[in-house]
Parts: sequence; structure tokens; C-alpha cells
Amino acid sequence: MDRGDLLTAMKQCVLDGDVEEAARLAELSLRQGVPPIDSVEKGYVQGINEVGRLFEAGDLFLPELVASADAMKAALEVLKPWMEKAETGRKVIGRIVIGTVKGDIHDIGKSIVASILVANGFDVLDLGVDVSPAAFVEKASEFGADLVGLSALLTTTMPVQREVIKALREAGLRDRVKVLVGGAPVTGRWASEIGADGYAEDAIRAVSVVRGVLGLP
Amino acid sequence: MLIVGELINSSRKSIQPALESRDEQFIRQLARRQVHAGASYVDVNAGTFVDAEPEILSWLVEVVQGETGAPCSIDSSNPRAIEAALAVHRGRAMVNSVTLEDSRYEGIVPLVVRYGCKIVGLCMDGSGIPATAAERVRAARTLVERLTADGVPSGDIYLDPLVQPLATGTGNGVVVLETIGLVTREMGLQCICGLSNVSYGLPARKLINRAFLVLAMGAGLGAAIVDPLDRQLMALIRASEALLDRDPSCRAFLAAFRRGELEP
Repeated sequence: MDRGDLLTAMKQCVLDGDVEEAARLAELSLRQGVPPIDSVEKGYVQGINEVGRLFEAGDLFLPELVASADAMKAALEVLKPWMEKAETGRKVIGRIVIGTVKGDIHDIGKSIVASILVANGFDVLDLGVDVSPAAFVEKASEFGADLVGLSALLTTTMPVQREVIKALREAGLRDRVKVLVGGAPVTGRWASEIGADGYAEDAIRAVSVVRGVLGLP
Repeated sequence: MLIVGELINSSRKSIQPALESRDEQFIRQLARRQVHAGASYVDVNAGTFVDAEPEILSWLVEVVQGETGAPCSIDSSNPRAIEAALAVHRGRAMVNSVTLEDSRYEGIVPLVVRYGCKIVGLCMDGSGIPATAAERVRAARTLVERLTADGVPSGDIYLDPLVQPLATGTGNGVVVLETIGLVTREMGLQCICGLSNVSYGLPARKLINRAFLVLAMGAGLGAAIVDPLDRQLMALIRASEALLDRDPSCRAFLAAFRRGELEP
């Protein structure tokens, strides 16, 4: 398999949501001396971009999206240690801390958004569920986050999103950390009401909203 | 089969503006159509209005009951909103819902006891939605013990096995069917669930919902939160009730047939 075929196969295995093939090709690429950065950007990322387009067009559905993100993640797990070693490592496009707010233990939506962001090349720290405003502030600061993503699935926990924004402001972080909110009851109107920087309807749209908010192309 | 009509929910796009403008005619009509189609409870939800929820929820109860006289399912996790709604409700409401580990338990259950409501209890524990049916049943047992100790008769409790999308876990349907079986047969209690979550993220959602409802009824489901205006779904419920020997002399099935409700 020459390099072109390998990159095409990488793209295809993400489209197919084939986790094992994604990891196998990543290992193969290392043995063949393909720079990991090329495998990611010219191979796997092409696949996840295509998946995003097809999902938005309504040609792919959620189970397929989840499987594609899993395949992407499996490949990145193999390649990441090598990318960090390489001097010419992929530049970090954005560091994101994400979690479901205090009092709320809904996990699925937030985790899908986290995987899709990872699959699109962001460095993501997932704090899990039931995360206090103080923990968001502490981890955002430690991780050097450019953006914090707050999930709330209950109308009773939506106000905690506002509390987190307030806590970030009080900690003096709000100027350098953007805030995105999401979750079934959350709307664009709610996002602007509480002073968030953005809101996305689903995981794929979250990627373009994050890019927009962070001023990325 | 106890049918709770799910359509008056503020997270639905057509409902939100009707609630904002307090469009009484719109709500009356939606309530009437659901009851006419076979709903015995009308669910009311104003959850997207965070601050105005108590006021809107009690307004909904008055409008829905003024039109239909049917009891409401008070769909909220906010004790203040539940209290406001129960204060104006006539007859026995259903409160949807309460969980064991929830800090809101203390705010909700005394209201349920005071007003003699039916209550929906979620089969979850402190760490979230348990992965297996056995764990969900364990959570359900603990919840039921606490509710009965606090004065809620076990016959008024409906346990929700917690339906999650098939799209995010292909075992999410089976675990619900198993939980329903264990709750109804081993614990001798009633189960209620919504359907639409199961099909989230998939095409042809109504088809998935209908198939799931029939499977769930077979497993022992006796109450469901559904769209009663889905004629095919309601027809499947009538047929399944008859097949499961829950419809003496097939009377309800035949009555639905004579009313023309079984035609597609």
C-alpha cells in the first residue's frame, strides 16, 4: 500500500466507523515512516470532515457519527504519543474543557460533542458530569483552556451555566476563556441572556461554532 | 393501557410561542384532540421557561382541565412549579418525576402526599442511569421503599425504566425491556415510559417508536407517555392490548374499529 492509498484508506475507515481498522492503519503508518501529522491531516481528518458534511446533509445518522468519532479517536490514541515526540508536531488549534454542570448527570450529549471536537483536532479535557463552577474554573486555568463547554439537560440545572460564567469572570479568566453552552433545553436566546459566547444545536455544528468563537478558519 | 398525551411540552418548537403568548385557543384544541384520541392524562411541561415556569404551568393546568376535565401529568423537576400547578389542579394529578438521590426529592414528595397524586419515579441512582436492568431495579426498589415510607401508596407509583437512544448505544432498547419485565413481574409494580427518546438520531422515528411500544407492552408496560395523535401507534396499542389479554371480549379493540380508528 503506497502512501496515497494509505491516506485514502484512513479517510475511508473513519467514514465506515471502523475502529479496529483505524488503529491498524495508524500502526502501519508508523512502521512505514509516514509522519503522524500527515496521517491525521491528510488521512483521518479528511474522513471526519466528510462525515460532518454528510451528517449535516441528513445522509448520515447519529449511530454512524458516533462510530466515526470512535474510529478517529482510536487512530489518534495510536498517533498522539508520536506527534508529541516529533519536533514538527501538529500545532494545537485549541484547548477545550468540557463538562456537564453541577446537579446534572446527563453524559451522552456532552461526550459526543467531546469526541467530535477531539476528532477535529482540538485538545479536549472532559471533566465528566455534575461539575461544580469552582471545578470548571480550576481546570480551565490548569489546562490553559481557550474555551469551556457547559452542558445542561435539565431546566433546573441550566442556571448553573450562568453561575459558571460568573465564576470564570470572578476568577479573572473570562477575558481569555470563551464559553459555549449546550443541552436539550438550551437555546441561542438563553446563551446570549447569560452572556455565553455561543450555542450549538448539535455536535457537528459545535465544531463550526467553536472555530468561529476562537477565530479559526 | 394508561396513555399520557405528551404534546403540550415547551421544548417542542410549535408550543414555545403558544405558551409565550398564552394562546389559550391553541392549548385548548391540543388538549381536546389528545383526550379525544384516547389520552387519559394530559402532560403539561413549561420547562424551558426557567423563571416563569410556575406561572405558566398553573395556567396550563387551568386551560387543559377547563377544556377537557382530564387530569394532568405535571411534568417538571421544579418543586415551586409543581406546587403552583397542583394548587389549581382538580382531581388526581400525576407528578412526573422524582428520583432518589435528587435534592429535589424533599421538595416534591411532600406535595405528592398532600395532594394524593400519582408519581413517576425514575430508575436511577446517584451516579446516573445504571447500565444494567438489575441495577435499575435495585435503584427502583430503594426509591419505592423510601416513597412508601414517606406515605405514597405503592399502587400510585409508576417506575420509569429510562429510555435512551438506540443511536448512542444499541443495547439501550433491550435494557429497558428487561427492566420493565423485572419491575412488573418481580416487584409487582407499574412501569411508565416515553418512547421518543429511543429513536433519537435515527430516521423513520415513528416506526422505531411503534415497534418499541409493542415490545415494551409485551414486556409488561402498562402506561406510556406518547403522541396520541399518531393513529397507527394508537391502533397498535388497541391490537396489542387485545393480544395480551388485557381487553375483555376485545371490547376496546372492537369499539375502536367501529369508530374507524383502526384505519390507517
